Amino acid sequence: MARNPDADNAPVKKEIESPTSKYDAEKASSFKVVGSRPARPDGMDKVTGRARFGADMVMPGQLVGLILRSPHPHAVIKSIDSSEAEALSGVKAVVTRDDFAPNDDHADVLYNIMAREKALYEGHAVAAVAATSRPVARKALKLIKIDYDILPHVTDVDEAMSPNAPVLHDDIITKGVNPAPTKPSNVVARSEFGHGDIDAGFAQADEIIERSFKTAATHQGYIEPHACVANVGADGMSELWCCTQGHFHVRQVCASLLGIDVSRLRVTASEIGGGFGGKTTVFIEPVALALSRKAGRPVKIAMTRDEVFKASGPTASSSMNVKIGVTKDGRITAGYGEFRYQGGAFAGAPADFGAMSAFACYALDNVKTEAYDVVTNRPKGAAYRAPGAPMSVYAVESVVDELAARIGMDPIDLRLKNAAKEGARSSYGPKFGSCGLVETLEAAKAHPHYSASLGPNQGRGIASGFWFNFGGETCSNLNINADGTVTIAVGTPDIGGSRASMCIMAAEELGIPYDKVRAIVADTSALGYNDTTEGSRVTFSSGMAVIKASQQAVTEMCKRAAMMWDIPAEAVTWEDGCAKPSGPNAGDFEPLSLAEIAATAGKTGGPIAGHHEYNADGAGVSFGTHIVDTEVDPETGKVDIIRYTVIQDAGKAIHPDYVEGQFQGGAAQGIGWALNEEYIYGDDGKLQNAGFLDYRMPVASDLPMIDTVIVEVPNPGHPYGVRGVGETGIVPPLAAIANGVSAAAGVRMTELPMSPPRVLKAIDDAKVAAE
Amino acid sequence: MSGIHVSTKINGDAVEYVCDVEETLLDVLRDKLGMTGSKEGCASGDCGACSVTVDGRLTCSCLMLGAEAQGREIGTIEGIAKGTELHPVQQKILDNAALQCGVCTPGFVVAAKALLEKKPDPTETEVRYWLAGNLCRCTGYDKIIRAVMDAAAEMRGN
Ligand code: FES
Ligand code: FES
Repeated sequence: MARNPDADNAPVKKEIESPTSKYDAEKASSFKVVGSRPARPDGMDKVTGRARFGADMVMPGQLVGLILRSPHPHAVIKSIDSSEAEALSGVKAVVTRDDFAPNDDHADVLYNIMAREKALYEGHAVAAVAATSRPVARKALKLIKIDYDILPHVTDVDEAMSPNAPVLHDDIITKGVNPAPTKPSNVVARSEFGHGDIDAGFAQADEIIERSFKTAATHQGYIEPHACVANVGADGMSELWCCTQGHFHVRQVCASLLGIDVSRLRVTASEIGGGFGGKTTVFIEPVALALSRKAGRPVKIAMTRDEVFKASGPTASSSMNVKIGVTKDGRITAGYGEFRYQGGAFAGAPADFGAMSAFACYALDNVKTEAYDVVTNRPKGAAYRAPGAPMSVYAVESVVDELAARIGMDPIDLRLKNAAKEGARSSYGPKFGSCGLVETLEAAKAHPHYSASLGPNQGRGIASGFWFNFGGETCSNLNINADGTVTIAVGTPDIGGSRASMCIMAAEELGIPYDKVRAIVADTSALGYNDTTEGSRVTFSSGMAVIKASQQAVTEMCKRAAMMWDIPAEAVTWEDGCAKPSGPNAGDFEPLSLAEIAATAGKTGGPIAGHHEYNADGAGVSFGTHIVDTEVDPETGKVDIIRYTVIQDAGKAIHPDYVEGQFQGGAAQGIGWALNEEYIYGDDGKLQNAGFLDYRMPVASDLPMIDTVIVEVPNPGHPYGVRGVGETGIVPPLAAIANGVSAAAGVRMTELPMSPPRVLKAIDDAKVAAE
Repeated sequence: MSGIHVSTKINGDAVEYVCDVEETLLDVLRDKLGMTGSKEGCASGDCGACSVTVDGRLTCSCLMLGAEAQGREIGTIEGIAKGTELHPVQQKILDNAALQCGVCTPGFVVAAKALLEKKPDPTETEVRYWLAGNLCRCTGYDKIIRAVMDAAAEMRGN
């Protein structure tokens, strides 16, 4: 599942999955390349510093672009006077809201990239300059005079929902409530999911636990700040180089905001230094294009880390209530949750995804979830790995853990007893196809970690989690080169080694060695539209397109061989990288290798290629279960992660190294979210920790090795059985760690992050309560 | 703005440049000399993506002025492989798939090489603490630590 981050509040919700393709069990039983661990094609460039990321591009005559940002969290912009800045020697262009025409298709994106009537958060862009050097550009920013009328602000989700809160947008009338409100508020939408009768379900329960939870907003924390270089010609022919998870999406939005034809804007995705959902959206690119158009020269904009924190999208903060009932023998009779997420200054907090995934691990007769998408004076949120799910699952899995203890049942057994499986109706609507939750739970139970002994002040937590996964629009090309090598072009930026997986799948299908295949990420003028690298879709969708393109090339090569042998094409089969006569009746010919067919392609009909374009469906859900041992220092409240194990269903691991890497990376981000990371706002509505020193992400000395177990329950909707693996790994850690810390500290932790002061306070409060 | 003339050595080669007083060594490397292997992740000394060595000592090039390179020997990621021959740290990072996006990788290579030159036989904990100044958001560090331990073993001839 993926949300187009720049569409106004429009999550993509598919009720029924009708897979585009089917699992090929026979093929999967004899893989030769799939499942191996070769070096990635871009690896050498990355260990030597040759790889070019967003900020590494230089175009001739390039100017430096800088953005002026609002110091106020909420203010009317009465006037902007840039005349002095424009007059400064070396300044080649200044742009403000007046340089962008209103745009109904991308109204929120436009408002976010350049403030219009109001500045809606500290860091909101209000003007930009392009100058011959950074010092000149900096000086120019200081010369821009903005007259603000400061308004009251709100940054907390519950406060933003109160009737007296300052209202950000006077055109937001809450959707999904009946009757519709008559007045604007900060609540964008209410949505509801579930089935059965929860009141009847709670009536059957022997034990019911109801709790409230909160989580802080966290940032994706990619190490590479957003950067781009734009070059707009006088005739409108434009090029844009940028680090993005979706260059086709960037092209679409930028062309629309700039009012130029899509065909005139060629966007190249640079190497990308992390994204995790945060680079699925557009922040600086239209500004750079507008500056370049005005200056008539290329313009580079590279965000600073401060800007990344203040003005690119973090994930939502949440406030949640969860109530679950269970019988003495461990059957969950009903589940209820209310999830209130703030997603910054514009619609789109992933509360609905949170509500949909909250109970997804359980096959329940009675379940209901409600979601509220709320705006506040914070930067426009962006997707962050399984957007919305880690928080709601934290709340649900905490209560499940507590219920297991209450009825004296092993927490894995309780989960196994209620686990979602094939045919079960999911809490968000559709029935599950084949899926691997039970397998991950069983693997967790059997894992030595689960039965290892614990030391003093240590506690073990487990939790399961889920993500929908997504397919989407995809287009890939494959060319057979004259020397018998193969080049693949995909349209999905490679964020974690996916080019290696593409090469593996093509090599498998064509029957040639991995190192004969090279994959590139093509620019937007070279391929048809591709959805963004998001929703754990790339290895699934682009991979399937590569498989289909390979099959098309194989068909063509068989045809060429048939031509060379002068037999019917149907009488040729493809085996181990060679065309062969399909049987004794077809004739007696020596097999022709891919290289041999390629070498003579010019004489048999010209270049040989394959391509595939489709809208991929059948992505196949992914479940995971995490086990973590935590140690709590009762004196300071500091939590250490002692041991960590990730068990997740990958369907089929194409390149196991990078599957493990996704598991480990998701767990590490979850550890940061659970223990340290948080957006801290002062009463002044300003972010107090916009830097890596104060927004503390896990470093190497904070973490143990992270063990992984790859479970493979084939996805019936992919020829090799692939399921996306990128996102599920961040869903269980918040809950697993909170369960571990709660066990170690002897008190239920209901607020994240579990930073030392918060843990210490919980311990002290529990002591006071016990006295 | 008056420029400062600097003569220095980078990866063994004599280099001269004129920089502004406020420019960091990282700015000079990236913007003046076209050496973009060193990355800017924070410009505040917190991420290590800009790691270089100055007279052999591991340094964040974002925390040092370009002018301060006068008369020093600077080592950057571009100077670590000898032609097509990778340093063991680079090779082991590849072998262990110890990168995902790879933007942190140059910094880790420079920092790990500096560690192994000082301490050929570090424990896992020592590696973790030495590399605590290098942020990686993708990998959870597991494979990076393994790669550095492997490289250490190889360099010791094990
Ligand atoms: S850029 Fe120098 S430490 Fe981050
Ligand atoms: S591999 Fe992406 S930050 Fe380290």
